[in-house]
Amino acid sequence: MSFAKLSVSVLAVAAVSATAAAAQSRDNVQIAGSSTVLPYATIVAEAFGENFDFPTPVVESGGSSTGLRRFCEGVGENTIDIANASRSIRDSEIETCAANGVTDIIEVRFGYDGIVFASDINGPSFAFTPSDWYLALAANLPVDGEMVANPNTNWNQVNGDLPDQEIAAFIPGTRHGTREVFDENVILQGCEDTGSMAAMMEMGMDEDAAEEACMEIRADGVSVDIDGDYTETLARIDADANGIGVFGLAFYENNTDRLQVATMSGVEPTVDAIASGEYPVSRPLFFYIKAAHLDVIPGLQEYAEFFVSDDIAGPFGPLAAYGLVADPELAETQAVVADRTLMGQ
Amino acid sequence: MTDMPISTAPARSLYAQDARTKKRNRAESRFRTYGMAAVATGIIALIVLLTSILGNGLSAFRQTYVSFPVELTAERLDPDGNRNPEEMAAVTTFGYLPILAESFAAHLEAEGIETEMGIREIAAMLSEEAPAQVRAMVLANPELVGTTIDAQILVGGRIDGYFKGRVTLDSAERDRNVTPEQLMLAQELADRGMMETRFNWEFITWPDASGSRPEAAGLGVAIIGSLYMMIVVLVLALPVGVAASIYLEEFAPKNRLTDLIEVNISNLAAVPSIVFGILGLAVFINFMNFNQSSPLVGGLVLTLMTLPTIIIATRASLRAVPPSIRQAALGLGASKMQSIFHHVLPLAMPGILTGTIIGLAQALGETAPLLLIGMVAFVREYPDFLSTHSNTFPLMGDGATALPVQVYSWTQRSDPAFVERASGAIIVLLVFLLMMNLIAIVLRRRFERRW
Repeated sequence: MSFAKLSVSVLAVAAVSATAAAAQSRDNVQIAGSSTVLPYATIVAEAFGENFDFPTPVVESGGSSTGLRRFCEGVGENTIDIANASRSIRDSEIETCAANGVTDIIEVRFGYDGIVFASDINGPSFAFTPSDWYLALAANLPVDGEMVANPNTNWNQVNGDLPDQEIAAFIPGTRHGTREVFDENVILQGCEDTGSMAAMMEMGMDEDAAEEACMEIRADGVSVDIDGDYTETLARIDADANGIGVFGLAFYENNTDRLQVATMSGVEPTVDAIASGEYPVSRPLFFYIKAAHLDVIPGLQEYAEFFVSDDIAGPFGPLAAYGLVADPELAETQAVVADRTLMGQ
Repeated sequence: MTDMPISTAPARSLYAQDARTKKRNRAESRFRTYGMAAVATGIIALIVLLTSILGNGLSAFRQTYVSFPVELTAERLDPDGNRNPEEMAAVTTFGYLPILAESFAAHLEAEGIETEMGIREIAAMLSEEAPAQVRAMVLANPELVGTTIDAQILVGGRIDGYFKGRVTLDSAERDRNVTPEQLMLAQELADRGMMETRFNWEFITWPDASGSRPEAAGLGVAIIGSLYMMIVVLVLALPVGVAASIYLEEFAPKNRLTDLIEVNISNLAAVPSIVFGILGLAVFINFMNFNQSSPLVGGLVLTLMTLPTIIIATRASLRAVPPSIRQAALGLGASKMQSIFHHVLPLAMPGILTGTIIGLAQALGETAPLLLIGMVAFVREYPDFLSTHSNTFPLMGDGATALPVQVYSWTQRSDPAFVERASGAIIVLLVFLLMMNLIAIVLRRRFERRW
């Protein structure tokens, strides 16, 4: 058969079957969003596909902001049903959503993620406070009423108790939701604890300007923004034995043979310490459901209920085994999903 | 005048090189050294790349299994005893886990292997995929309930890593996910022949698995997804590309407009591929309502990307057919179309096919445009060719991934076992590319004609 005949017949077959199957609708759940939530979502999707009659949901990565942007594109089968996020949805995103007809959103908080500071297993161990990180990474420090460029090059200059090791920090890039938590819970906290914030305000800055100055990270190569994933941070630490990286607890738990974790304000990051709030650097993890899709896409409600069930997201479930810090108020979350409680109600 | 010498000896001997010749020769030998250095750099880079990929990835083609009898207790799996698959489905994988763990522990005891570990630790040696496997087996064949089956069960990624040298007793000491005791038990089982590392077909056929079970992750969905996309590219890009080139080369008048088209086609071949992804998202998904993550959309995007390559290759091979062939055909009374389809096109075919295959190989390795149309995803369901889930077009509408995409997503996973998987996927991708290039070479050798 010639090419022309072949392609014509393929097109004809396609056209005929297209009309026959036109009324079919999507029958799998489509999810996108945070790369921090991705491993949890895939574990749930996998178990969901195995134990229910619904197809396994398709889970995309891409980051919290990308996920929420696609979530807010509108209602319909070509839009995603669930957005995973490692931060809560912003007001501006809710407005975009509303403008595109996505008015009914269910917010589901399913657990917490600890953010840990880890270094090469063969190096010295570290006990940090937020002040140490602020003094090590701030672009400018206030000295005698003037802002001077950060002179610190070794950890023992920052805090005499720390080892004499060159400062080499690998922190998440601004694309990551993790960076927001790092900036607010570590750098800003350190800025306040050291009294630098007060010093800046005495110098005549207003509060916003002072906060901004606090969170400005030095750009002289001492701190490196990692825009990729934790695997990249780990590779950088492998290459530079002085490196200290910022990781998610789950990633660290999977690589305890290569990394050692530092304490923060004297607390070791464990699941219990994070759940109780004793360990200061943690954040809640969310997923957002498009309520308009609930009775249209088969399995959506079941998937959400399965996700937050005690078997999965509880303290002894597979998510906790992977590194999720179970939400002590999981029962409330389960009620939110079961009752389809919308945001803002 | 008569005193003039008849001949003078040459000022310089022809046998001794003069300064200019020496300089030229030196320049030539320098150039040869540069050339050899360039080739050597390329070869060294290739060797480093291949060693690292093969060193990391070959172990992905082997996987460790443990064999023991699994007692499928009827009271647990089918409490009502009526073997109704619907009721039996109520027992989830969480219900199958203890059955496996108890059978495993009982077997260790029966074999006289002593261990101080509790049942939880023993069960942690098995893959999390194992309960799902057994459950699927039971649901497919309810008659198995109440019997004892000899099962080959996947072991966890760390235990598997021990037999591949990735995990050692030292590293297990520090690793929270495995204990040295578990490794020693695994060694004992292996010594008794109950645990073996064998060739891993599942790596090629199984779908992707979540981050907590790297041992079960396979390339099945990715290979099918790539295959579907290649079908779309071949079916669309080849006829469209060939038709466009024939018209431009043989029929179109040479004027400003065709010049402009020509420049644009060459330009398109150099456009970054992610641009086609943006276009695909806007046109195929948002406007034409094709499904996200589907190989159909992926194939359409890659078609756009491959078209310029095919058109350029086809035009070059049409141009290489000597005009005498055309003139002879026309001289014997053939129409222009007859001369092209009967004489020019068959002679240009090897070049066209080579160009097409190289374009396809390029498309096979492409990731960036697929990112935007949702194919960089976790997909566990095998995509059907005639998809049931699509609402606009019934072919290839199910979600799928592609080979290079699978490499990309595996390198981001936190479990170190995925490094091996990712390198293994690169090997598979390289084998496919090598095969396609071989076909291109064979076609060229076999059918090419020289004048």
